[in-house]
Amino acid sequence: MSVFALISSILTITLRAGTSLIYATVGEIYTERSGILNLGLEGMMLMGAVTAFATAFYTGSLWLALLVAVIVGGLLAALHAFLCVTMRANQVVSGLSITLFGSGLASFLGQRLGPASNNYFLVGMVGPKFTPIPIPFLNSLPLIGAFFNQDILTYIVYLLMPLAWFYLYKTRAGLSLRAVGESPQTADAMGIDVVRTRYLYTILGGMLTGLGGAHLSLAYTPGWTENLTGGRGWIVIALVIFAMWNPGRAVLGAVLFGGINAVQFRLQAAGTAIPAAFLNMLPYLTTILVLVVMTWWEALSKRIGAPAALGKAYMREEK
Amino acid sequence: MKRYVWMTLSLVLIAAMLLSGCAKKTTTGGTPEDPYKVAFIYIGPPGDLGWTYEHDRGRKALEAEFGDRIETKYIENVPEGPDAARVIREFAQQGYDMVFATSFGYMDPMVEVAQEFPDVKFEHCSGYKTADNLATYFGRMYQARYLAGIVAGRMTKNNIIGYVAAFAIPEVVRGIDAFTLGVRSVNPEAQVYVVWTNTWFDPVIEREAAVALLDEGADIITQHQDTTEPQKAAQERGMLSIGYDSDMRAFVGDTVLTSPMWNWGPYYIQTVGAAMDGTWATHQYWGPMEDGVTGLAEYSPKVPQEVRDEVEAARQKIYDGNDVFCGPIKDQDGQERVAAGQCMTDADMLALDWFVEGVVGTISE
Repeated sequence: MSVFALISSILTITLRAGTSLIYATVGEIYTERSGILNLGLEGMMLMGAVTAFATAFYTGSLWLALLVAVIVGGLLAALHAFLCVTMRANQVVSGLSITLFGSGLASFLGQRLGPASNNYFLVGMVGPKFTPIPIPFLNSLPLIGAFFNQDILTYIVYLLMPLAWFYLYKTRAGLSLRAVGESPQTADAMGIDVVRTRYLYTILGGMLTGLGGAHLSLAYTPGWTENLTGGRGWIVIALVIFAMWNPGRAVLGAVLFGGINAVQFRLQAAGTAIPAAFLNMLPYLTTILVLVVMTWWEALSKRIGAPAALGKAYMREEK
Repeated sequence: MKRYVWMTLSLVLIAAMLLSGCAKKTTTGGTPEDPYKVAFIYIGPPGDLGWTYEHDRGRKALEAEFGDRIETKYIENVPEGPDAARVIREFAQQGYDMVFATSFGYMDPMVEVAQEFPDVKFEHCSGYKTADNLATYFGRMYQARYLAGIVAGRMTKNNIIGYVAAFAIPEVVRGIDAFTLGVRSVNPEAQVYVVWTNTWFDPVIEREAAVALLDEGADIITQHQDTTEPQKAAQERGMLSIGYDSDMRAFVGDTVLTSPMWNWGPYYIQTVGAAMDGTWATHQYWGPMEDGVTGLAEYSPKVPQEVRDEVEAARQKIYDGNDVFCGPIKDQDGQERVAAGQCMTDADMLALDWFVEGVVGTISE
């Protein structure tokens, strides 16, 4: 295999692997920018994945499946928002319970929603899926071709990313969102509805996370298996920090994370003498390295990393 | 204050929902006399279509055999370590007569609880520690792997076979070596490329590893993992595969040529039967293919009759006592490790840490 073809193949799988991560990461960035930490991602992704696959399996409609995943993700996030914003509960505890609840319920549904012929198990069933749609001409270009041989959900990412960045940094609504995450008191004084903002972006984050889960069960690894996400919800939480709460850098992180796995498996398959354990460690090692460099660089340039009010409940009466 | 009440309430509710999903009572029971109570501890869900699925199939075979004379129960997704001891102890306290634990990491908790309950019989799958009331059981999967290797060796066109493997432990290395010996017994040109994933269960990683092997030119993919994802990846590229654990052809399609698979039913029926008769004694069972504990799943129509005949001949040789790891066997560097006319002992096989000739890959220290 030529070097070009190899790089092209790595790039293709990297983008596919990164898609679900990008959806969830952008969602969580928006949630955290409003000052709400949602550790329920793993559960929400699993719920999105199982409901999307079940819907596609029974109705045959992939778009309806996406809609269901978005609604389910949004509902779980709304529960989190209710507990954290209205009830002012501890965000870490609430997020963790949503992960536990979501993963458990997803497994449960996977064992009940299937056809009678398969003991009501959804596992192992084959349903409709999003297949890559090569874009004529563009997909035959060297290297860049990899970008144009993807499924529709990845194409949507190309549109979503600049929009997510632009909205956050260049619009008034984005500014309000950031203000709520930095200093809810000030935002409140300026006439921004803190409660409404936090609800809105927590739910939006949940919807995108549900979509990320749906990409796994409908496109990347079509079908339902218990624990399909394999801890990707937690990787996303690391990615958000990695991206320093900037949707633009989230792409970089997601692609890097997806890409290193693809590269290390190819090195192994090619029979390199580097120990597999070391190669398997690479993605995590890189994350730590980038974190160190980023933090250092952020400190130098006196920029702010995490939203200052992240994880804190807002009470109007408190000073 | 009020919000803490709310929080606690919702947590308790969530916990209750989760727990009620975990434990399932699965028999109707209801005999006049006391049914024999058997419990199973599973590492994964019965819906994994692999390792736990097969143990659960064994449990169901047990129920079908003994009907209402026994009562079985299982708990799924039990983490290895101290938590397992708690689950096992609970079963013993509830008056269960026999407890099966089906993963290697339950070994020490099992030993601990077995000492506390001398009247309860314990059986541990894949471990090596025993006691008067604690037996071990496992199957010689490598024999079925060898047969699957013959199928792969005959069906490959590129002479490259990809092997997605979980961890570099003797059990997995033994499988890779036996498979490769099978491949090379019919096709000395073919090579087996190994990629380690360092996980038993991660559909996404397993798929990526398989795709990397396919890119490297592999036209048959096999695996030592817990999901069907490598098989699906091969199918999407129009390539063939060989499954593992369960009959993966049923879940993926005819591109899965066959699967070396587990079949615990006969063993469970035999050992529980012995326990009910009072003839049970502690043992270390490493069941050969002849007992039906391991074997090949039904072939895909893509496997020609000549290949099937060749496999049958090899199977007969193994039944006749000519086991897989009998010499001459060379390692990756071409050095002879087992001389002609000699066979590895069980102890050697259980500690196997080198690749045979024909494997492309490394075992990290």
